[in-house]
Amino acid sequence: MLIVNYSSGISQDIKNLSIEYFIFASLLQNVISFCYNLYMLLQQLINGLTLGSVYALIALGYTMVYGILELINFAHGEIYMLGAYLGIILMVFFTAIGLTSYSLSLSLILTFLLSIIFCASYGFTMEKIAYKPLRKAPRLSPLISAIGVSIFLQNYVMLTQGATDKVFPHLFESSTVTFLSVSMTSLQIFIILTSAVVMVSLRLFVKNTKIGKAMRAVAQDKIMASLLGINIDTVISVTFIIGSGLAAIAGLMVAMYYGLVNYFIGYIAGIKAFTAAVLGGIGSIRGAMFGGLLLGLVESLGASYISSEYKDAYAFIILVIILLVKPGGLFGKAELEKV
Amino acid sequence: MLELKDIHTYYGLIEALKGIRIEVKNGEIVCLIGSNGAGKSTTLMTISGITKPLSGDILLEGKSIKGISPHSIVRMGISQVPEGRRIFPKLTVRENLEMGAYSVVSDQLSVFKKITTKNLQQTTRNKESATQLEKVFELFPVLKERHKQLGGTLSGGEQQMLAIGRALMSEPKLLLLDEPSLGLAPIIVSKIFKTIREINREGITILLVEQNARAALKLSHRGYVLENGRIVLEGKGEELLNNEQVKRAYLGE
Repeated sequence: MLIVNYSSGISQDIKNLSIEYFIFASLLQNVISFCYNLYMLLQQLINGLTLGSVYALIALGYTMVYGILELINFAHGEIYMLGAYLGIILMVFFTAIGLTSYSLSLSLILTFLLSIIFCASYGFTMEKIAYKPLRKAPRLSPLISAIGVSIFLQNYVMLTQGATDKVFPHLFESSTVTFLSVSMTSLQIFIILTSAVVMVSLRLFVKNTKIGKAMRAVAQDKIMASLLGINIDTVISVTFIIGSGLAAIAGLMVAMYYGLVNYFIGYIAGIKAFTAAVLGGIGSIRGAMFGGLLLGLVESLGASYISSEYKDAYAFIILVIILLVKPGGLFGKAELEKV
Repeated sequence: MLELKDIHTYYGLIEALKGIRIEVKNGEIVCLIGSNGAGKSTTLMTISGITKPLSGDILLEGKSIKGISPHSIVRMGISQVPEGRRIFPKLTVRENLEMGAYSVVSDQLSVFKKITTKNLQQTTRNKESATQLEKVFELFPVLKERHKQLGGTLSGGEQQMLAIGRALMSEPKLLLLDEPSLGLAPIIVSKIFKTIREINREGITILLVEQNARAALKLSHRGYVLENGRIVLEGKGEELLNNEQVKRAYLGE
């Protein structure tokens, strides 16, 4: 009896202890897994933000051109691809002449500037050759012309640069910043910050400068704008130059981020950025920014929480949902005009 | 000041203007009346360079402006307030007005000018366009009150004032007005007509297109009657008002 009592006492104690322990342990586990989940979430948010800033930069080019010409410039993704290639070519060139070992930041700045200039001139020429002659044609014609330019540029790059992947020269170790156990590479910070600065300055440009105001005026009524002395051709050219410059920045940053580039990257990036522009309400600059960021976030969260197999599909699922609920896109409004 | 010589304009295969001759002298108000589809708006759009005439010539102060792009024509001193006002609904009232001064300011800002002209000259030009804005605000005080509002939120009458004010921002020599009274309440219409006379007294020549023939003819020094792309009558404002044909067709008497 005594023994039994004793033993049952111990087992009781152990039982009590184990229950307490169990509660404590499971609590701890919950906290840990919560922290881990939070960490995962934050990590994915940062990845999504990086990806999203790139989409947003490309989407701006689509939305600005659409706003002014009501043309979906299918060749815009190709400008982004050209930007990535130019980045590699220029970096290799600067390495060859020894500029990178002299000053890496100088060669990076030069690479950015030169690819922006090159891509902007590609965009400018593209408009003059492929779209301007068709300005009075039915809307389908410039669209087909855009697809033609896209195919031309892809094959042009494939022929001159080869069909295999090109590698961005590995010149710097991307250092990692860890904050609350969430790590961000310096490259990610660079991409997010650069995009933010570029987008804020674009917004200020369109809002406050004379040519920016003229762009908005032309987007609303081309004939009226020309009756006020605005040169429509100049405004359209400026739009293409700015859009292509933004695509060049995006292409370069992606080349640095992923390290690999091929002649086909413009296609899927272009389609996704176009989705982002439609998501935000095509024609709206704010919409393209938010649409791009949203798309990047959805894609990286979907890939980590649902399945990475369908990575490319999430963008289009979101698009379908938004278009069902709000056909004009997030920032697109049904236009009301007083007569 | 402005002379249209035997202008033929086509929309596709349709001949909209069949040999139009119009003369507008310095300081005049000239009106163009006619029914729908007579070619009144086409005449103005042809002068502004939006639609190109197939043959004939347009002379501004003796120089041909035929075939010149619309934005250059504005620079030469012709400004148009088109039918339906066409203000930019998503630009503020002030921005709308700034767009009207686009051609003026762009001269100052162009890089070439910046290098070649002295700073002094620029500041005086800057002042000029500022006073032009003040002049427009003086003419239409309601625009000053609402300068931060989006153009699309204005009432019809206010939009018409904005459209006229915007056209004045480029300091034109010749103002083309297309149906300024369209769709407005009678009180506003008389106010707009009064303003047109005021603008004319400031020395701006006016070519006015109107459906409201009586008010337009009373206001104008001379008038032309347009029918199916042809000028069928011309004369002094009062003469046309008393003309039997005009009375029957356009004044409802």
